[in-house]
Amino acid sequence: MTITAMILKMSEGLGRTFSIFALTLVFSLPLGLIIALLRMSKIKPIRYIAQVYISIMRGTPLMLQLLVVAYGPFYLFGFSVARNKLIPIIIAFSLNYAAYYAEIYRGGIEAMPVGQYEAASVLGYSKMQTFMRIILPQVVKHILPSITNEVITLVKDTSFAFTLAYQEMFSIGKQIANSQTSFMPFVIAGVFYYVFNMLVAFLMNRLENRLNYYR
Amino acid sequence: MKILEINHMRKHFGDLEVLNDISLSVEEGQVVSIIGPSGSGKSTLLRCATLLETMDGGDLAYLGKYAARDVSGKAVYASSAELRSIKSSFGLVFQNFNLFPHYSVLKNITEAPILIQKRPKDEVYAHARELLKQMGLADREDAYPYQLSGGQQQRVSIARALAMQPKILFFDEPTSALDPELTGEILKVIRDLAAQHMTMVIVTHEMAFARDVSDHVIFMDGGVIVEQGNPFNIINNPQQERTIQFLSRFN
Repeated sequence: MTITAMILKMSEGLGRTFSIFALTLVFSLPLGLIIALLRMSKIKPIRYIAQVYISIMRGTPLMLQLLVVAYGPFYLFGFSVARNKLIPIIIAFSLNYAAYYAEIYRGGIEAMPVGQYEAASVLGYSKMQTFMRIILPQVVKHILPSITNEVITLVKDTSFAFTLAYQEMFSIGKQIANSQTSFMPFVIAGVFYYVFNMLVAFLMNRLENRLNYYR
Repeated sequence: MKILEINHMRKHFGDLEVLNDISLSVEEGQVVSIIGPSGSGKSTLLRCATLLETMDGGDLAYLGKYAARDVSGKAVYASSAELRSIKSSFGLVFQNFNLFPHYSVLKNITEAPILIQKRPKDEVYAHARELLKQMGLADREDAYPYQLSGGQQQRVSIARALAMQPKILFFDEPTSALDPELTGEILKVIRDLAAQHMTMVIVTHEMAFARDVSDHVIFMDGGVIVEQGNPFNIINNPQQERTIQFLSRFN
């Protein structure tokens, strides 16, 4: 098998790699915000549950979580979640990443000066208006560098999907490596991830610059 | 007409009695200054009056409408809908300005009147530009807070408060974060507002200013009003031992 053939074959999985990446972001970013708010709730049991959730999600391997989501329901209730492997992958990735994002949001929200809340309160903003208009936009700007870190990690973590034999780029590469007894697919995979992440870093940097109109 | 009325306001933090039976009322057009050492409770009084802090006991009313009423020694607050409508009758200018950094000067001033008071945009923008002109900032409406000096930021925050057309304006040490030159800038703006008969309550450490601009001066210490009355009498000729001691460096 030529290198070109390997590249072409592996490219077929890029769409799936990108699906894991994009869908995980779409679900985990809002979910992370909700968990962050629960984590800061005034009601102790809610705060505690959120804390336990974050602790488990961060304290156990993503690969294990993937297996639990994919095969757990079968062992527990005797049925599989879905034929399509993408669904358990997105569920596991989103639940996992939301925990990390939640802590990033929390850090950003807690760092907001109390004066911002007070100024909004005196002007008559409701709690929701204060959060959506005054607090969140500033939080997003402050946490963007930390979010970029996680997004870059996510690009690389998509390779964990091989655990469920989901045919994304890395799984295909691994199969080629086995059948051809070649190391080349791993080099190609490395280049793919690197280029993908260069693009992510570039876009996130542009977003940061766009938010640099104020300090 | 009484704009603000506070009766027997009490507030404690843990064991510390921060406000102990404070009563005061402010008539329309009156300028009241509150002076006193740090920790005397002046800021807490202002924070309770502006609903940033809840008091433990006492009455609080704006224009005869009760925000909180004393029921057998406990302050019972009105519904949040009523409190919201009461909030539009007062404004507060903070020591640290607390402008919204992600909004331009104009948006800082106009968002609340449009969003909260639901006033027509054209009218709000016209009013905001009028206020900026009055504050000497007519050409800075597109600037962001970080691009302004402290004095300019404080003037924007005064404009932001005035844009809500409050019946009374509170100032919480409005010049404490500013150097002497910028302090003069802000004091001039407040003097101009007094000349326009804006009703104001000012917590300040600027004694000469308090004497010159106010109709009434209150000296607080240890959570109580120690002495109050005519500005000249209080500041230049205090009667109470504690007031004399506090003002000794000034006189």
